[in-house]
Amino acid sequence: MVNRIVVGAHYGLRDWLLQRITAVFMIVYIAVFFVQVLSGPTLDFATWRMLFTPQWMKYATLLFLFSLYLHAWIGVRDIVMDYIKHAGLRLALYSVFVAALVVYAAWSVRILWGI
Amino acid sequence: MSISKRQFDAVVVGAGGSGLRAALQLAEANLKVAVLSKVFPTRSHTVAAQGGVAASLGNDGEDNWHWHMFDTVKGSDYLGDQDAIEFMCRKANEAVYELEHFGMPFDRTPDGKIYQRPFGGQTRNYGEGPVKRSCAAADRTGHAMLHTLYQRNLRAHTQFFVEWMALDLIRDAAGDVLGVVAMEMETGEVMILQAKATLLATGGAGRIYSASTNAFINTGDGLGMAARAGIPLEDMEFWQFHPTGVAGAGVLITEGVRGEGGFLLNKNGERFMERYAPTVKDLASRDVVSRAMATEIKEGRGAGKDGEYILLKLDHLGAEVIDKRLPGIREIAMKFANVDCTKDPIPVVPTCHYQMGGIPTNIHGQVYVPDAGGEKVVHGLYAAGECSCVSVHGANRLGTNSLLDLLVFGKSAAEQIIRDIGSEKAQKELPKDATDRPLARLARLDSATSGESVAEVGAEMRRTMQLHCGVFRFPDSLAEGVRKMLAVAERVKHTFIKDKSKVFNTARIEALELDNLVETAVASMISAAARQESRGSHDRSDFPNRDDVNWMKHTFWWKEGDRLEYKPVKLKPLTVESFQPKARVY
Amino acid sequence: MRFSIYRYNPDTDAAPRMQDYDIQLEPTDRMLLDALVRIKEHDDTLSLRRSCREGVCGSDAMNINGRNGLACITKLADVKEPVVIRPLPGLPVIRDLIVDMSQFFKQYHSVKPYLQNDTPEPEKERLQSPADREELNGLYECILCACCSTSCPSFWWNPDKFVGPAGLLQAYRFLADTRDEATSERLDNLEDPYRLFRCHSIMNCVDVCPKGLNPTRAIGKIKEMMIKRTV
Repeated sequence: MVNRIVVGAHYGLRDWLLQRITAVFMIVYIAVFFVQVLSGPTLDFATWRMLFTPQWMKYATLLFLFSLYLHAWIGVRDIVMDYIKHAGLRLALYSVFVAALVVYAAWSVRILWGI
Repeated sequence: MSISKRQFDAVVVGAGGSGLRAALQLAEANLKVAVLSKVFPTRSHTVAAQGGVAASLGNDGEDNWHWHMFDTVKGSDYLGDQDAIEFMCRKANEAVYELEHFGMPFDRTPDGKIYQRPFGGQTRNYGEGPVKRSCAAADRTGHAMLHTLYQRNLRAHTQFFVEWMALDLIRDAAGDVLGVVAMEMETGEVMILQAKATLLATGGAGRIYSASTNAFINTGDGLGMAARAGIPLEDMEFWQFHPTGVAGAGVLITEGVRGEGGFLLNKNGERFMERYAPTVKDLASRDVVSRAMATEIKEGRGAGKDGEYILLKLDHLGAEVIDKRLPGIREIAMKFANVDCTKDPIPVVPTCHYQMGGIPTNIHGQVYVPDAGGEKVVHGLYAAGECSCVSVHGANRLGTNSLLDLLVFGKSAAEQIIRDIGSEKAQKELPKDATDRPLARLARLDSATSGESVAEVGAEMRRTMQLHCGVFRFPDSLAEGVRKMLAVAERVKHTFIKDKSKVFNTARIEALELDNLVETAVASMISAAARQESRGSHDRSDFPNRDDVNWMKHTFWWKEGDRLEYKPVKLKPLTVESFQPKARVY
Repeated sequence: MRFSIYRYNPDTDAAPRMQDYDIQLEPTDRMLLDALVRIKEHDDTLSLRRSCREGVCGSDAMNINGRNGLACITKLADVKEPVVIRPLPGLPVIRDLIVDMSQFFKQYHSVKPYLQNDTPEPEKERLQSPADREELNGLYECILCACCSTSCPSFWWNPDKFVGPAGLLQAYRFLADTRDEATSERLDNLEDPYRLFRCHSIMNCVDVCPKGLNPTRAIGKIKEMMIKRTV
């Protein structure tokens, strides 16, 4: 019997933990957001804009969206790891997802500070 | 047909408790070892042992090895060899501590030591009352032990041949054993495993009875191989009937239930063991309890619709104790008896459980043949565990002594092998006819175009044992049993299997197993019919008493001519005074 | 009683097939294994593994009406007819109901399932409090039947890289043992996106375990230990 020492890749915990932390943040944000929206008088474009005027709200929303992208990245990567065995195809898919998420991130900043 | 061959220092046949304990010792000594097993090692039948392993640790109350030795000698009904019993009882503590160091998950006492519980026949101060000697991991001690030993073997890089069945021993003209011929079950390929030492650790043959607590794999393969190779089988008339097998299902309910405070009731709700064993009651040794139960049933005090079983009551222990100490039992009762044992008693009957006899072996695991009153060692062959007869269990084994037997004699056999082959450099030359016998057996099965089914003949063998060689034995019935069994043995030679394929052909395996079972069954019937006394598990209506004058001797049965020979019991221990035979009262 | 059983013998069959059996059972046949043994009496070509017939050896794990379980402790009264019996999913079939379990055992072996303690052994037992011993309950009882791992989608997709619920349960059995000194190496061995983190808490393992064990909980505990040593 070959005495091969099996050692883990020494990563995986951070991603797993990040996915949980981002999930918690997103839940908190969504709760706060809904309270804000529902406590307002009527929901029209003006109140919607007002909602995003304070700087803290812009940052919180940005953090929410970044959490969402990170969360999605880990989730999508997990699915690809599960099902896609072909290295080339896997790399291509990763590239597409990462590119899309980076674009989304930049776009998010533009929208938030554009309102 | 050319047959491939591999060479090893040692081949261990069987990967239960004794096989794994031996393999560990051999692998750690850096010998080239092959361990053959019909099943993945953790599926060996040691896994089903429940109650514990005996050792006089004294973790809960005073205890010492000499008391343990006395109990074992008395339990054996004075048929056990006292040198071997002293050897085992003295080594017990070391064996159990070793197992703990290997990682065995024993239950613990409040101060962190190994938990011990009382067990049948294990007493304080030479029979005064029950003692806590059974070291337990809940009611899964065998499971915990087997897994621990397997795990330790992984650490030692032991080489396993999983799902390989040994077919026959290779024995040369000088009588030396040079290995085994074995078959890989997955491919059906046959191979010679040549070895300087061959250790049989194949377990018992409890499957010769219809009602048995034993696994399907307990087919006495080592016994069959030894018998065919001209080695006698010792004390095969002694079969232990465990008092508490689930009625109808045969599944074992540990004696630990009674150790924890459970007891037996007849249909009148009477705790009848008080009449049969006033001192230790339900914790008398197994032969005594089984006989008492069979008597109750015979005399019409059995419970159930037809008065066919006895009740094992344990609900008074409370759900908490049951869940902590006997969780497996609760599961088994629920599944196999439809009983929630925290509320209702479990229906039980005495069920064939353990083979006290086996391949004659000395305390170093060397197989011997009786020779002019002495012992002639078979060079190259060793045996340990239930397939061997050292004889520490004599005419009746005490509960928890079997796991101890596996550990102590598994290790001592390995140590002897290490000593023996240290001086031996080269493999002996194989005889020309090395593979003749196993190949002929296979060829017969392959070429047979008609005959009786293996299942049918097997069933007849089991019925015959059950009917003619049970808890109570009668002269006419024994004689008829011998006749029937010889006829069954003849029929076994003419069985037929429909399946002739190679890959994992379990029909062929079952046919080969029947060859081994029937050797054991014939040996048992003939030895039983010949022993004219009642001792331990062997109870004859025509000779109701123990006869120490004429029968303090071991039986040896040879396959050739169904010949019997006897050898006196070794009454002299290694260092202490002998225990002289006394009336056996519990 | 009616059964539909997966049959495949590489010696004689080009492809697997389902074979129907309608057999007369005896009153003593209470468990599915009894019925399978009865079928084998009539048709000796049916191959399956079995040994203890009381649910402790783990030989006769199979897929029964779509769910993994042990034949010997599955009551005939509890299964719907015709009983559809297949080999454990996700492992290569050798023949009929017998699967090649090498991959499963390889993963089990990869977690070094043995006590590691380099402190010189005491003369007697190593002490362990009853409370510490209790931590091993629900872990050491595993019978390696593979019902859990072969019901786990993550194990189906990556049997070569994901340790699987059975292996991870045993990994935690040693992590939880106060006598074991290799905690850090064990966690290193498992900190890997495949070996441990393929578990997505689907919990099929918990659902099918014939011994009522909970690998998902053990996996959670391993992650907890990893977090604790990081922060």
